[in-house]
Amino acid sequence: MIGLQHYMVVSAILFVMGVLGIFINRKNVIIILMAIELILLSVNINLVAFSAFLGDLVGQVFSMFVLTVAAGEAAIGLAILVIYFRGRGTIAVDDVNRMKG
Amino acid sequence: MIHVLAFYLFAILVVSSGALTILSRNPVHSVLWLILAFFNAAGLMILLGAEFIAMLLVIVYVGAVAVLFLFVVMMLDIDFAELRAGFVSYLPFGLLIALVLLAEIVLGIGLWSAGPIELAQRAAPATPDESNIKAIGALLYTRYIFLFEAAGIVLLVAMIGAIVLTHRARGGVKGQNIARQNRRRPQDAVRNINQPAGQGVEL
Repeated sequence: MIGLQHYMVVSAILFVMGVLGIFINRKNVIIILMAIELILLSVNINLVAFSAFLGDLVGQVFSMFVLTVAAGEAAIGLAILVIYFRGRGTIAVDDVNRMKG
Repeated sequence: MIHVLAFYLFAILVVSSGALTILSRNPVHSVLWLILAFFNAAGLMILLGAEFIAMLLVIVYVGAVAVLFLFVVMMLDIDFAELRAGFVSYLPFGLLIALVLLAEIVLGIGLWSAGPIELAQRAAPATPDESNIKAIGALLYTRYIFLFEAAGIVLLVAMIGAIVLTHRARGGVKGQNIARQNRRRPQDAVRNINQPAGQGVEL
Protein backbone atom coordinates (compact mmCIF):
# COMPACT_ATOMS: atom_id res chain seq x y z
CA MET A 1 0.00 0.00 0.00
CA ILE A 2 1.24 3.48 -0.80
CA GLY A 3 1.79 5.48 2.35
CA LEU A 4 2.79 9.01 3.22
CA GLN A 5 6.46 8.12 3.20
CA HIS A 6 6.38 7.10 -0.47
CA TYR A 7 5.15 10.57 -1.41
CA MET A 8 7.72 12.15 0.89
CA VAL A 9 10.53 10.24 -0.79
CA VAL A 10 9.35 11.31 -4.26
CA SER A 11 9.19 14.88 -3.04
CA ALA A 12 12.67 14.62 -1.49
CA ILE A 13 14.15 13.26 -4.73
CA LEU A 14 12.54 16.06 -6.72
CA PHE A 15 13.82 18.65 -4.23
CA VAL A 16 17.36 17.33 -4.46
CA MET A 17 17.05 17.33 -8.26
CA GLY A 18 16.24 21.02 -8.12
CA VAL A 19 19.23 21.76 -5.88
CA LEU A 20 21.49 19.75 -8.19
CA GLY A 21 20.13 21.69 -11.15
CA ILE A 22 21.13 24.96 -9.50
CA PHE A 23 24.61 23.60 -8.83
CA ILE A 24 25.46 22.18 -12.24
CA ASN A 25 23.87 24.84 -14.46
CA ARG A 26 25.55 27.67 -12.64
CA LYS A 27 25.79 29.95 -15.69
CA ASN A 28 22.37 29.48 -17.24
CA VAL A 29 19.77 31.50 -15.33
CA ILE A 30 16.86 30.02 -17.26
CA ILE A 31 17.69 26.50 -16.08
CA ILE A 32 18.25 27.82 -12.55
CA LEU A 33 14.74 29.30 -12.58
CA MET A 34 13.36 25.97 -13.81
CA ALA A 35 15.20 24.21 -10.98
CA ILE A 36 13.56 26.58 -8.50
CA GLU A 37 10.20 25.65 -10.02
CA LEU A 38 11.07 21.97 -9.46
CA ILE A 39 11.88 22.69 -5.80
CA LEU A 40 8.57 24.50 -5.30
CA LEU A 41 6.75 21.62 -7.03
CA SER A 42 8.30 19.14 -4.61
CA VAL A 43 7.20 21.33 -1.69
CA ASN A 44 3.69 21.31 -3.11
CA ILE A 45 3.69 17.50 -3.38
CA ASN A 46 4.78 17.30 0.25
CA LEU A 47 2.09 19.70 1.45
CA VAL A 48 -0.67 17.96 -0.47
CA ALA A 49 0.47 14.51 0.68
CA PHE A 50 0.37 15.56 4.33
CA SER A 51 -2.97 17.25 3.77
CA ALA A 52 -4.44 14.09 2.23
CA PHE A 53 -3.09 11.68 4.83
CA LEU A 54 -4.07 13.83 7.81
CA GLY A 55 -7.47 14.63 6.33
CA ASP A 56 -6.86 18.34 6.82
CA LEU A 57 -7.61 20.72 3.95
CA VAL A 58 -5.38 23.58 5.13
CA GLY A 59 -2.37 21.98 3.48
CA GLN A 60 -4.04 22.26 0.09
CA VAL A 61 -4.96 25.90 0.72
CA PHE A 62 -1.34 26.62 1.64
CA SER A 63 -0.17 24.76 -1.45
CA MET A 64 -2.24 27.17 -3.50
CA PHE A 65 -0.34 30.10 -2.01
CA VAL A 66 2.97 28.41 -2.81
CA LEU A 67 1.73 28.10 -6.39
CA THR A 68 0.89 31.82 -6.46
CA VAL A 69 4.32 32.80 -5.20
CA ALA A 70 5.97 30.45 -7.72
CA ALA A 71 4.08 32.08 -10.59
CA GLY A 72 5.01 35.57 -9.41
CA GLU A 73 8.63 34.59 -8.92
CA ALA A 74 8.85 33.13 -12.43
CA ALA A 75 7.34 36.27 -13.95
CA ILE A 76 9.68 38.66 -12.10
CA GLY A 77 12.73 36.43 -12.66
CA LEU A 78 12.15 36.22 -16.38
CA ALA A 79 11.52 39.99 -16.58
CA ILE A 80 14.87 40.63 -14.87
CA LEU A 81 16.45 38.14 -17.28
CA VAL A 82 15.02 39.97 -20.29
CA ILE A 83 16.33 43.39 -19.19
CA TYR A 84 19.69 41.86 -18.27
CA PHE A 85 19.95 40.33 -21.74
CA ARG A 86 18.91 43.62 -23.33
CA GLY A 87 21.72 45.48 -21.65
CA ARG A 88 24.44 42.84 -21.82
CA GLY A 89 23.69 40.64 -24.82
CA THR A 90 24.22 37.46 -22.80
CA ILE A 91 22.64 35.79 -19.79
CA ALA A 92 25.83 34.41 -18.25
CA VAL A 93 25.39 35.14 -14.55
CA ASP A 94 29.09 34.96 -13.73
CA ASP A 95 29.48 38.73 -13.93
CA VAL A 96 26.10 39.69 -12.52
CA ASN A 97 27.82 41.55 -9.69
CA ARG A 98 28.58 44.28 -12.18
CA MET A 99 24.85 45.05 -12.04
CA LYS A 100 25.08 46.66 -8.60
CA GLY A 101 24.61 50.36 -8.14
CA MET B 1 -3.36 -2.56 -7.16
CA ILE B 2 -4.11 -0.02 -9.85
CA HIS B 3 -3.42 2.70 -7.30
CA VAL B 4 0.04 1.34 -6.57
CA LEU B 5 0.77 0.97 -10.28
CA ALA B 6 -0.36 4.52 -11.02
CA PHE B 7 1.69 5.87 -8.13
CA TYR B 8 4.88 4.23 -9.37
CA LEU B 9 4.19 5.32 -12.95
CA PHE B 10 3.69 8.96 -11.97
CA ALA B 11 6.54 8.93 -9.45
CA ILE B 12 9.09 7.47 -11.86
CA LEU B 13 7.99 9.81 -14.64
CA VAL B 14 8.09 12.91 -12.45
CA VAL B 15 11.56 12.08 -11.15
CA SER B 16 13.03 11.17 -14.53
CA SER B 17 11.57 14.20 -16.28
CA GLY B 18 12.90 16.35 -13.44
CA ALA B 19 16.34 14.87 -14.04
CA LEU B 20 16.10 15.48 -17.78
CA THR B 21 15.00 19.07 -17.10
CA ILE B 22 18.28 19.91 -15.43
CA LEU B 23 20.47 17.74 -17.68
CA SER B 24 19.15 18.65 -21.14
CA ARG B 25 21.54 20.27 -23.56
CA ASN B 26 18.85 22.44 -25.12
CA PRO B 27 16.75 24.71 -22.85
CA VAL B 28 13.70 24.23 -25.06
CA HIS B 29 13.88 20.51 -24.29
CA SER B 30 14.32 21.44 -20.63
CA VAL B 31 11.05 23.37 -20.66
CA LEU B 32 9.24 20.48 -22.35
CA TRP B 33 10.55 18.03 -19.72
CA LEU B 34 9.45 20.48 -17.03
CA ILE B 35 5.95 20.42 -18.52
CA LEU B 36 5.95 16.61 -18.37
CA ALA B 37 7.07 16.79 -14.72
CA PHE B 38 4.18 19.15 -13.93
CA PHE B 39 1.67 16.85 -15.60
CA ASN B 40 2.89 13.86 -13.65
CA ALA B 41 2.89 15.81 -10.39
CA ALA B 42 -0.73 16.67 -11.17
CA GLY B 43 -1.34 12.93 -11.56
CA LEU B 44 0.17 12.32 -8.12
CA MET B 45 -2.13 14.93 -6.64
CA ILE B 46 -5.15 13.32 -8.31
CA LEU B 47 -4.09 10.07 -6.61
CA LEU B 48 -4.04 11.91 -3.30
CA GLY B 49 -7.56 13.19 -3.88
CA ALA B 50 -6.59 16.83 -4.34
CA GLU B 51 -8.34 17.52 -7.62
CA PHE B 52 -8.35 21.28 -7.21
CA ILE B 53 -4.59 21.53 -6.76
CA ALA B 54 -4.07 19.13 -9.66
CA MET B 55 -6.16 21.28 -11.99
CA LEU B 56 -4.44 24.41 -10.68
CA LEU B 57 -1.08 22.80 -11.40
CA VAL B 58 -2.05 22.06 -14.99
CA ILE B 59 -3.59 25.50 -15.58
CA VAL B 60 -1.07 27.70 -13.77
CA TYR B 61 2.18 25.80 -14.22
CA VAL B 62 1.69 24.23 -17.65
CA GLY B 63 -0.57 26.92 -19.03
CA ALA B 64 1.21 30.01 -17.77
CA VAL B 65 4.63 29.47 -16.22
CA ALA B 66 5.95 26.88 -18.70
CA VAL B 67 4.69 28.91 -21.65
CA LEU B 68 6.41 31.98 -20.17
CA PHE B 69 9.66 30.01 -19.97
CA LEU B 70 9.28 28.80 -23.56
CA PHE B 71 8.55 32.34 -24.69
CA VAL B 72 11.67 33.76 -23.04
CA VAL B 73 13.93 30.90 -24.20
CA MET B 74 12.82 31.38 -27.78
CA MET B 75 12.79 35.19 -27.67
CA LEU B 76 16.36 35.65 -26.42
CA ASP B 77 19.04 34.80 -28.93
CA ILE B 78 21.50 33.05 -26.63
CA ASP B 79 24.50 30.87 -27.33
CA PHE B 80 23.62 28.02 -25.00
CA ALA B 81 26.73 26.00 -25.79
CA GLU B 82 28.85 28.70 -24.20
CA LEU B 83 26.65 28.77 -21.10
CA ARG B 84 27.11 25.04 -20.73
CA ALA B 85 30.87 25.36 -20.27
CA GLY B 86 31.91 24.19 -16.83
CA PHE B 87 28.98 21.76 -16.63
CA VAL B 88 31.26 18.77 -16.21
CA SER B 89 33.53 20.49 -13.70
CA TYR B 90 30.56 21.43 -11.52
CA LEU B 91 29.04 17.96 -11.75
CA PRO B 92 31.07 16.03 -9.12
CA PHE B 93 30.66 18.65 -6.42
CA GLY B 94 26.98 19.10 -7.23
CA LEU B 95 26.38 15.35 -7.15
CA LEU B 96 28.17 15.13 -3.80
CA ILE B 97 26.02 17.89 -2.29
CA ALA B 98 22.87 16.38 -3.78
CA LEU B 99 23.64 12.88 -2.49
CA VAL B 100 24.39 14.17 1.00
CA LEU B 101 21.18 16.21 1.00
CA LEU B 102 19.12 13.28 -0.28
CA ALA B 103 20.62 10.91 2.28
CA GLU B 104 19.83 13.34 5.06
CA ILE B 105 16.26 13.90 3.94
CA VAL B 106 15.52 10.19 3.38
CA LEU B 107 17.10 9.37 6.74
CA GLY B 108 14.92 12.02 8.31
CA ILE B 109 11.81 10.58 6.65
CA GLY B 110 12.81 7.11 7.81
CA LEU B 111 13.23 8.25 11.39
CA TRP B 112 10.21 10.49 11.29
CA SER B 113 7.26 9.51 13.34
CA ALA B 114 4.68 12.08 14.14
CA GLY B 115 3.48 10.28 17.21
CA PRO B 116 -0.22 9.92 17.76
CA ILE B 117 -2.05 12.22 15.39
CA GLU B 118 -4.60 14.21 17.29
CA LEU B 119 -7.38 14.28 14.76
CA ALA B 120 -9.42 16.63 16.93
CA GLN B 121 -6.72 19.27 16.48
CA ARG B 122 -7.15 19.54 12.72
CA ALA B 123 -7.77 23.04 11.47
CA ALA B 124 -10.12 22.09 8.64
CA PRO B 125 -11.14 18.43 8.66
CA ALA B 126 -12.01 17.06 5.24
CA THR B 127 -15.47 15.58 5.00
CA PRO B 128 -15.54 12.47 2.83
CA ASP B 129 -18.97 13.10 1.30
CA GLU B 130 -18.09 16.58 0.05
CA SER B 131 -16.11 17.08 -3.15
CA ASN B 132 -12.59 18.46 -2.79
CA ILE B 133 -13.22 21.53 -4.89
CA LYS B 134 -16.36 22.47 -2.95
CA ALA B 135 -14.62 22.04 0.40
CA ILE B 136 -11.60 24.12 -0.63
CA GLY B 137 -13.83 26.81 -2.08
CA ALA B 138 -15.84 27.00 1.13
CA LEU B 139 -12.63 27.26 3.14
CA LEU B 140 -10.96 29.76 0.85
CA TYR B 141 -13.86 32.21 0.66
CA THR B 142 -14.66 32.19 4.38
CA ARG B 143 -11.87 31.52 6.82
CA TYR B 144 -8.93 32.25 4.53
CA ILE B 145 -10.43 35.14 2.60
CA PHE B 146 -7.73 37.61 3.70
CA LEU B 147 -4.96 35.21 2.74
CA PHE B 148 -6.69 34.71 -0.59
CA GLU B 149 -6.70 38.46 -1.16
CA ALA B 150 -3.05 38.62 -0.10
CA ALA B 151 -2.30 36.08 -2.84
CA GLY B 152 -4.09 38.36 -5.27
CA ILE B 153 -1.93 41.28 -4.14
CA VAL B 154 1.20 39.15 -4.66
CA LEU B 155 0.10 38.48 -8.22
CA LEU B 156 -0.70 42.17 -8.76
CA VAL B 157 2.75 43.19 -7.51
CA ALA B 158 4.35 40.57 -9.76
CA MET B 159 2.39 41.84 -12.75
CA ILE B 160 3.21 45.51 -12.14
CA GLY B 161 6.83 44.62 -11.39
CA ALA B 162 7.22 42.69 -14.64
CA ILE B 163 5.69 45.54 -16.64
CA VAL B 164 7.81 48.22 -14.92
CA LEU B 165 10.99 46.20 -15.40
CA THR B 166 10.56 45.42 -19.07
CA HIS B 167 8.87 48.62 -20.21
CA ARG B 168 11.05 51.06 -22.09
CA ALA B 169 10.19 54.46 -23.51
CA ARG B 170 11.29 54.43 -27.09
CA GLY B 171 12.54 57.66 -28.68
CA GLY B 172 11.31 58.88 -32.06
CA VAL B 173 7.78 57.62 -31.70
CA LYS B 174 5.10 60.10 -32.79
CA GLY B 175 2.13 59.88 -30.50
CA GLN B 176 -0.88 62.05 -29.87
CA ASN B 177 -0.65 64.30 -26.81
CA ILE B 178 -4.21 65.41 -26.19
CA ALA B 179 -3.39 67.82 -23.36
CA ARG B 180 -0.90 69.61 -25.57
CA GLN B 181 -3.39 69.77 -28.42
CA ASN B 182 -6.01 71.31 -26.17
CA ARG B 183 -3.55 73.82 -24.73
CA ARG B 184 -2.64 75.18 -28.13
CA ARG B 185 -4.26 78.58 -28.89
CA PRO B 186 -4.61 80.37 -32.27
CA GLN B 187 -2.52 83.37 -31.14
CA ASP B 188 0.44 81.07 -30.45
CA ALA B 189 0.14 79.12 -33.66
CA VAL B 190 -1.07 81.54 -36.33
CA ARG B 191 0.71 84.69 -37.49
CA ASN B 192 -0.59 87.24 -39.98
CA ILE B 193 2.13 89.09 -41.87
CA ASN B 194 2.05 91.58 -44.65
CA GLN B 195 4.48 90.04 -47.07
CA PRO B 196 6.26 92.59 -49.29
CA ALA B 197 6.61 91.53 -52.89
CA GLY B 198 10.06 90.43 -54.15
CA GLN B 199 11.48 89.36 -50.78
CA GLY B 200 11.99 85.94 -49.35
CA VAL B 201 9.51 84.43 -47.02
CA GLU B 202 10.57 84.18 -43.40
CA LEU B 203 9.76 80.77 -42.06
